[in-house]
Amino acid sequence: MTTQTMLSMLGQGMLVSLQIFFWTLVGSLPLGMLVAFGRLSRFKPLTWLVRAYISIMRGTPLMLQLFVVYFGPYYLLGLETGSNYRFTATLIAFILNYAAYFAEIYRSGIESIPHGQREAANVLGYSRSQTFIKIILPQVIKRVTPAITNEVITLVKDTSLAFAIGVTEMFTQAKAIAASQHSMEAFVLAAAFYYVFNAIVAFAMERIEKRMAYYHE
Amino acid sequence: MSENAPAGTPQPTSAASAGRAATGTDVPVLQIAGAVKSFGGTEVLHGIDLTVNRGEVVGIIGPSGSGKSTILRCATLLERLDRGSLCYDGDYLATAGQDGTSSYRDAKTLRAARSKFGLVFQNFNLFPHYTVWKNITDAPLHVQGRDRDEVERVAQDLIRKMGLDGRERAVPCELSGGQQQRVSIARALALNPHILFFDEPTSALDPELTGEILKVIRDLAAEHMTMVIVTHEMAFARDVADRIAFMDGGVIVEEGDARQVVDNPRRERTKTFLGKFTDGA
Ligand SMILES: Nc1ncnc2c1ncn2[C@@H]1O[C@H](COP(=O)(O)OP(=O)(O)OP(=O)(O)O)[C@@H](O)[C@H]1O
Ligand SMILES: [Mg+2]
Repeated sequence: MTTQTMLSMLGQGMLVSLQIFFWTLVGSLPLGMLVAFGRLSRFKPLTWLVRAYISIMRGTPLMLQLFVVYFGPYYLLGLETGSNYRFTATLIAFILNYAAYFAEIYRSGIESIPHGQREAANVLGYSRSQTFIKIILPQVIKRVTPAITNEVITLVKDTSLAFAIGVTEMFTQAKAIAASQHSMEAFVLAAAFYYVFNAIVAFAMERIEKRMAYYHE
Repeated sequence: MSENAPAGTPQPTSAASAGRAATGTDVPVLQIAGAVKSFGGTEVLHGIDLTVNRGEVVGIIGPSGSGKSTILRCATLLERLDRGSLCYDGDYLATAGQDGTSSYRDAKTLRAARSKFGLVFQNFNLFPHYTVWKNITDAPLHVQGRDRDEVERVAQDLIRKMGLDGRERAVPCELSGGQQQRVSIARALALNPHILFFDEPTSALDPELTGEILKVIRDLAAEHMTMVIVTHEMAFARDVADRIAFMDGGVIVEEGDARQVVDNPRRERTKTFLGKFTDGA
């Protein structure tokens, strides 16, 4: 295998990893907010359901969840899933898992906003949705950004778990190359990739935090 | 002092007085009758009657836990009455049924009615992520849907009146407590309320900052702004209020002319309460 083939394989893997990362955030950041609403709902059966979902997602390994989503349709329902399903299954499992973590972060953020903020908005005549979107949400985002950053950095590393169901992401490729080359080189490159990726994520999140640092409570 | 101001009296053009131009002459701005409120089985208001006329300043005094905040919170729809009625400018927001149980109007009517009153909190409750300017202008623009030029003019006036010139772009955390409270008063006034409630507006401030807030309230009284002020500043209440209600244990024990209530209270409980202040001071 030439260095060039190796790099192109790793490059493809890298693209897949980036896609898992990107789509997981696109799906789970908003979904987490919906889950948080469910968790905070006054409708008790919904809060129980959501609590159960969150506790299962957080209490079992993401790799196991990947297997369930990937093999579940066949073993449980007898459905044939094409090989394209690997990637979709990865996204479903990642989004469901990360939404649970984000939901808990949002929930504690929402609950941490002093009640007086809602009361002031209420007396000023803001509607419920205006109060949430204009008054509460911006303050929640500021408060939860550090915790979200931690999860996002974990996600960068977690994308390598897709290897378990044979998605050809970065780590899968690195392992394949290492096996055929009897060399550590690909692993070193993969490590460098995750490291740089995380450095970029950390930098971006820091920028976002700085942008919101113009006030404190 | 201001009860006798005839309806047509020219008044200084200000946000404080603008709202009242449309109000009827003799109808009280606020009428609460037979207000009963419980929290989890404990009744904390036992039948409060409170009427506030146009241009009047009413002080509410009383020991901790007597229900002063609760009555303001019921008046501003933050809490709902269990029994009794609530009426602004002759429009009932809650009526008392046969058995006294309050029934409230629909949510839309109640939301619209919120522009009739403003509430100034002890701890300001400014929106920390908004500048002074946005704190003042956001609700008039996006709740009341008023014209931007007009809102900006009103906000500019209020900024000047509250001595906040040059602080428009500041966020609350960059201001002193006294400045924050002045912003919150401006924020309430920007909606042209017919009546302004204050719940211990100086209690969260350092003693040297209370004076500036009391002065602002005095200025509003001089402009005949209708106000209800819960306060522990007895001398101030005596001075600025037309009428004082002394509350204890969820009832109004004594109500009357401000000077009379403070200088010559009729009830023993009022005497005891006020005695603590004069002894302490
Ligand atoms: N949300 C609530 N839940 C339960 N009890 C409450 C609630 N709000 C007020 N109370 C109770 O109602 C009573 C009256 O409280 P309120 O806050 O109106 O008193 P206050 O006169 O404003 O006192 P302070 O001078 O300390 O502000 C108190 O016994 C208080 O514990
Ligand atoms: Mg109180």
